Amino acid sequence: MNDETKYMLKQLAFYTFIFVVVAWIVVPLIVATLYAFAAPKDYYDPNKVIPLHFTAKYVKTILIHLGAWEAIKNSVVVALLTIAISFTLGIPAGYAIAKFIFPAKDTIKLSIVALRMFPIPVMAIPLVILYIRLNLIDTRLGVALAHTAMALPFVVLITSSIFAGVATELEEAGMVFGLTRLGSFLKITLPLALPGLAAAAMFTFVMSWNEVFVASVLTLSHRTLPAQILSIMAGSSGGAAPDYYKFAAAFIMTLPAMLFVFFARKYLITMWGISLK
Amino acid sequence: MVEVRLENLKKYFDKGRVKAVDGIDLTIKDGEFLVLLGPSGCGKTTTLRMISGLELPTDGKIYFGDKDVTYLPPKDRNISMVFQSYAVWPHMKVYDNIAFPLKIKKYPKDEIDKRVKWVAELLQIEELLDRYPAQLSGGQRQRVAVARAIVVEPDVLLMDEPLSNLDAKLRVMMRAEIKKLQTKLKVTTVYVTHDQVEAMTMGDRIAVMKQGKLLQVGPPAEVYLKPNSIFVATFIGAPEMNLLDVTVKEDEKGLILEGESFEIPLPEDFTPLLKDYVNKTVIMGIRPEHLIVEGISEILHVKRRAKIEGVVDFVEALGTDTIVHAKVGEKIIKIKLAGNVNVPIREKIKIIVDLDTMHIFDKQNEKAII
Repeated sequence: MNDETKYMLKQLAFYTFIFVVVAWIVVPLIVATLYAFAAPKDYYDPNKVIPLHFTAKYVKTILIHLGAWEAIKNSVVVALLTIAISFTLGIPAGYAIAKFIFPAKDTIKLSIVALRMFPIPVMAIPLVILYIRLNLIDTRLGVALAHTAMALPFVVLITSSIFAGVATELEEAGMVFGLTRLGSFLKITLPLALPGLAAAAMFTFVMSWNEVFVASVLTLSHRTLPAQILSIMAGSSGGAAPDYYKFAAAFIMTLPAMLFVFFARKYLITMWGISLK
Repeated sequence: MVEVRLENLKKYFDKGRVKAVDGIDLTIKDGEFLVLLGPSGCGKTTTLRMISGLELPTDGKIYFGDKDVTYLPPKDRNISMVFQSYAVWPHMKVYDNIAFPLKIKKYPKDEIDKRVKWVAELLQIEELLDRYPAQLSGGQRQRVAVARAIVVEPDVLLMDEPLSNLDAKLRVMMRAEIKKLQTKLKVTTVYVTHDQVEAMTMGDRIAVMKQGKLLQVGPPAEVYLKPNSIFVATFIGAPEMNLLDVTVKEDEKGLILEGESFEIPLPEDFTPLLKDYVNKTVIMGIRPEHLIVEGISEILHVKRRAKIEGVVDFVEALGTDTIVHAKVGEKIIKIKLAGNVNVPIREKIKIIVDLDTMHIFDKQNEKAII
């Protein structure tokens, strides 16, 4: 075998690998989207893999009559609240871990992650009782707080590694040239950390968007999308929903998250048009 | 422009276990270029950071003129700094980097523009103003950092090894440029470096530091010609000063320095200086460039000389200089001769010591006697 064929084979293997990885992710999305709009006749026809007749009826039904549109709004509000609260608390913590030396730093870091070891179902009943007492039950703020508890450890760890990546001298230069410590953080460190922080926000958003258990337990009338979809699919309509409803629901679930990640990703890369280092 | 005064300045880390700066008294005159020189870890950068306000001292005082600035935040000190990594903000264009300190101080817009243009011209970076730092070379970034530091016309300009990240050629060029700039602006400057050549060429005065303490402060020539300790003597100058253990002996004619394989009779004026050291071992120090080889080189104005015999062991021909390694007893003595000189290896030579450039140090406390 000469070098050229070796090279060609390597290329082939490489692209096959890429193709498989992409297909792994994209094919289910395409299938879900196709079947979400398939007419039931086509869907149940054993001779048709790809449906030919389409209808938006089921997506519409779920969105409008079964409350998914309201739930999407709830989900967005909850996710944004989660980002706001977890960033307000997590950024100072991440900054402190990145830039300062203080006693028991490693213990604190470890215990932040250790908090996530508790299985949430164990905490569900006490959490509901606590929420009833605090009047937080069935509110979007309540769900957002619960999601914050889940996202915060990661926000702290991610932001601390982002801030560690911004050279301290850049911030000190800000202080030497007339800024306060806070001013230097806001005008120098924060803009430089922004791409990383956007990634952390993306992570938090997706986590909150996908979370179903806590949202189902803590809310009834203000359900987030996954909780609402779960209740639509599994019970409130009186027995399990037909398959094409499930695909329609899957389509509704994935689309906004996909769009969000798509735009956030673009924002990440085009930030300064350059890398930080 | 102010005078900077440090009074018994101390900085301890780790609850006093690490004494980074251990009691420094130093006055930097108005408009002076002072170089803090020392090996890494000697506390020179920590001293600079305390002057800047980025680090607070454990004890002691810092005055700018009559004003006590010891605990003042950096922004209220009217200082500028050039950082070792330049610390040019990557998210701002060069223009904005330079204009930023002025914007914070709320200068009017046209004044900012005028000053940025002025400083850009001074440092020849006019055509770089609308670029991002990532698009600049190291040398250009350095110029931006210097431009940013002088645009505000600070009272005190602080530089933390600003040339250490440049290649050798650029370093020599920037060395001269920074010195010229400082002479022109007459700004009080504290410059930190571990490079003795930088210190010698740039400083009005050099302050040599070791383990948190100041060893010697003086003009370059004084630090070079009259080092007060072995550390200062060997830190400045390349190749390093030759050090030889000798014993002070006394005979009827006067004092003699007795080495492993040589004797140097001393003139009378050495007697009062060395009379406490008779029959004791001292360290004799002599710079390679102050030695001559009989018959090969000659230095004018050598009034009093002594001869040491040696064997050539190795020769480094540098083109501009020739460094001869001569074996005297078991010791190697380095001799720096100007120009390209042909000295055969293993040949016996007579090394001539100029008694007026010779140093003698106490072996115990390593302080200079002569």
